[in-house]
Amino acid sequence: MFQVRIHGRGGQGVVTAAELLSVAAFSEGRHAQAFPTFGSERTGAPVTAFCRIDDREIRLREPISEPDALIVQDPTLLHQIDLFAGLGEDGYLLINTGRTFAELGLDDLVDRMRLERILTVPATEIARRQLGRPLPNAALLGSFAAFTRVVSLDSVAAAITEKFAGEIGKKNVAAAQAAHAFAEERLKVPARA
Amino acid sequence: MRRQLEGSVAVAEAVTRCRPEVVSAYPISPQTHIVEGVSDLIRTGELEGCEYLMVESEFAAMSAAIGASAAGARAYTATASQGLLYMVEALYNAAGLGLPIVMTVANRAIGAPINIWNDHSDSMSQRDSGWIQLYAESNQEAVDLHVQAFKLAEEVSLPVMVCMDGFVLTHAYEAVDVPTQAQVDAFLPPFEPRQVLDPEDPVTIGAMVGPEAFTEVRYLMHAKQMQALDVVPEIASEFAAAFGRTSGGLLRSYRSADAETIVVALGSVLGTIEEVVDELREQGVKIGALGVKCFRPYPLDEVRAALSQATRVVVLEKAFAVGVGAIVGQNVRLALSGLPVEFHDVVGGLGGRAITRRSLHRLLAEVLEGRLEPGRLTFLDLDHALVERELRRTRDHRRSGPHAENILRDLGVVAAGSH
Amino acid sequence: MAQQQIKFYQVGSFAVGNRLLDPEQRTVQSRPERSNTLTSGHRACQGCGEALGARYVLDAAMRATGGRLIAANATGCLEVFSTPYPESSWQLPWLHSLFGNAPAVASGIAAALKAKGRTDIRVIGQGGDGGTMDIGFACLSGMFERNDDVLYVCYDNEAYMNTGVQRSSATPPAARTANTKPVGAEPGNPFGQGKSAPLIAMAHEIPYVATATVAELHDLEYKIERAMALRGARYVHVFVPCPLGWGCPSSETIRIARLAKETGIFPVFEAEHGEVVGVSKIRRQVPVQEYLRLQRRYAHLFGDPPRTDVIAQIQTRADRNIRRFGLLDEEAA
Repeated sequence: MFQVRIHGRGGQGVVTAAELLSVAAFSEGRHAQAFPTFGSERTGAPVTAFCRIDDREIRLREPISEPDALIVQDPTLLHQIDLFAGLGEDGYLLINTGRTFAELGLDDLVDRMRLERILTVPATEIARRQLGRPLPNAALLGSFAAFTRVVSLDSVAAAITEKFAGEIGKKNVAAAQAAHAFAEERLKVPARA
Repeated sequence: MRRQLEGSVAVAEAVTRCRPEVVSAYPISPQTHIVEGVSDLIRTGELEGCEYLMVESEFAAMSAAIGASAAGARAYTATASQGLLYMVEALYNAAGLGLPIVMTVANRAIGAPINIWNDHSDSMSQRDSGWIQLYAESNQEAVDLHVQAFKLAEEVSLPVMVCMDGFVLTHAYEAVDVPTQAQVDAFLPPFEPRQVLDPEDPVTIGAMVGPEAFTEVRYLMHAKQMQALDVVPEIASEFAAAFGRTSGGLLRSYRSADAETIVVALGSVLGTIEEVVDELREQGVKIGALGVKCFRPYPLDEVRAALSQATRVVVLEKAFAVGVGAIVGQNVRLALSGLPVEFHDVVGGLGGRAITRRSLHRLLAEVLEGRLEPGRLTFLDLDHALVERELRRTRDHRRSGPHAENILRDLGVVAAGSH
Repeated sequence: MAQQQIKFYQVGSFAVGNRLLDPEQRTVQSRPERSNTLTSGHRACQGCGEALGARYVLDAAMRATGGRLIAANATGCLEVFSTPYPESSWQLPWLHSLFGNAPAVASGIAAALKAKGRTDIRVIGQGGDGGTMDIGFACLSGMFERNDDVLYVCYDNEAYMNTGVQRSSATPPAARTANTKPVGAEPGNPFGQGKSAPLIAMAHEIPYVATATVAELHDLEYKIERAMALRGARYVHVFVPCPLGWGCPSSETIRIARLAKETGIFPVFEAEHGEVVGVSKIRRQVPVQEYLRLQRRYAHLFGDPPRTDVIAQIQTRADRNIRRFGLLDEEAA
């Protein structure tokens, strides 16, 4: 089982990201479960969403306390909440930011982790370019696909198109593709600096 | 066809395919996506011949369903928590009148303190209302139970509530096979009421019944529910034959044929319990699980049969009776009376606190090692220190303040100082 | 000679003149073929205004709908006295659910009929002042706001009569009830804001709102007929004296109802979509004492010393109604 935990704020599409990820995995013939934690419907409040992917039926019904992968959609959460609880040394870490891990003050954390499993991606900027809006979720999923290979970019794109019709779907797919390419580039030279 | 979709949306689709004629809707978390989904399907024309009433309260929602059902229409609504309580008078009325209304209860805690997350206190509070209560373990089962519920309700002339865990199931995306319209039509015939408001053949419905006959009328309601103990499995079999999968029924046993310890529970937590059972079985522990699918009517004989070989029974429930103890546990004990079983009542998952694999392993270790005193009510993951501090506060100060605020402050959730 | 069973029905004084009227102008009550929807044998008190009102209303509605009518009834006197176990005096499909939900139940019935394509069958919701204006108020407002195709009739006897005459939001100022006794500085029900259900109904801008009394049969029947010719949410508020609760002789029900109108205490009017379109004029304004004096619930105003101050306040309100609704016949003024 592969467990993904996504952190962000209300209005950033965190819940949708988890859902799209589950749809992508499902389309590849796997079992997937996605769900959020809930506060009241409030833009800007911290939101966490979860996605489990497995080759057998998923029966567990609990939040993911030991994620195999962590996606941080909003770096302003970094020193406010314990985002990294349960993330092991072999886990994947993907942060939406234009800064480096060092600049984010996360040296201690990433020092323990595997170089090829940590990545920063300026997903908001990519989204702004492709979508005209700072909604980073599709882009992050594109990077996620490149980075973890748990789902393919094609599956992510298909899930996006299924959810968002017309122009919006196309632009989100473009954002995912751009971020995917970005990630692939970066992974050739794993950066810590 | 299996699709990956949100539980609420799947249920909305299933309900519309049952061709309700009147749907009354009032929003409350976490059921909102269901009634929204039904509204969309009516607007897009997928469901025709259905009136969607946006009412002013849950009390009105059930009342409108009562009027509609009495006039011969297949009626549906959905609610949770506070909403369910607000319609209690109408719940009893619907059951007493024998109207086959189907309602989704997206299980959520009841306040005070206000809490929007999942537990079973809402539906448990209405276990004596005369409504049939079915509990879904997964979104697939939730979908299937709704289809079965309409058939069941109309067969026995009693209203049915399908309980599914709020947020945990309603807002979870997972693979579900929603039956097609053709499949549902083949399984569920049009509603043929036993009593109906019809100018061609006028009847008086809802008259007062005095001491001379009230007992008999109420007995009949009990008898009807008991009859349902036969109808529920029948419909589940018919469903299995028609749709090729097991859903519903009275109980579901998991690896408990030779189990010495059996964990009993309702709803989605069974999934996590089954994972734990598998893990413990790998370690050689003879443990199993029993899922109660139909809580009202209560399948006493079946529960006894399922548990009688066990040495230990652990009932894990998401509600409790204040001042007394367990609810489901009490019902299970009833089934096991006279049998020498070691009994543990455990309350967990209140107000949305997750019941985790880790907690369950800890709990079961205590049980198996004999460190948990049987026959006492245990609150899973209770922070005893927190509770003690609050009790001490109330002992030491007359004006100790609201419990909720004090505890939240203690936890650091609420700022201690003024702004 | 062939024998024919004739059942004799009591009809109001006004109807006595019916044999001189054009057959088309006769009241529903005067017709032997009337539905008798609330048939004899019910257990209402002698002189019950509500029983009279309900019979008038439902027979008129049955005639207007060709007998295609379903009724939803709130808990209350009407429901209780009309269905004494194991009998029922209703001759139409009738549903009693709860105290506070009659408008919502009626909405549900209307929705069912619409879903089934049977909008030829009409729906009437009915209840007393307690069930309509207090506990059922939210449901009533919801029904209005959605413009559900229901005629709701409130039989207003100005208190919770079935439970022993307790005060409701319809209880007029100074009236004695079980919990507004004539003791203390302010005897009887306090002078509050009042709650005019017809005006509130008008504020919802529904197709039809009307008030009526059991004293004017033609007027009441006409209003029901008018209401049934329309679709959408309609509200009729009927003033029904209660001999037991008001402490008046059972033979005076109709007279007291007439006095309520003639004093201006109970304005009789019609409104459509929030605007008054017709009023029933007062032929000769009667001082409120003449109305109050007949009822023991106001007896404390005529004691020793009499509460002329309270009576004056009541008079002021009656005068205001007359002004507000234009109730006086200009020629007579």
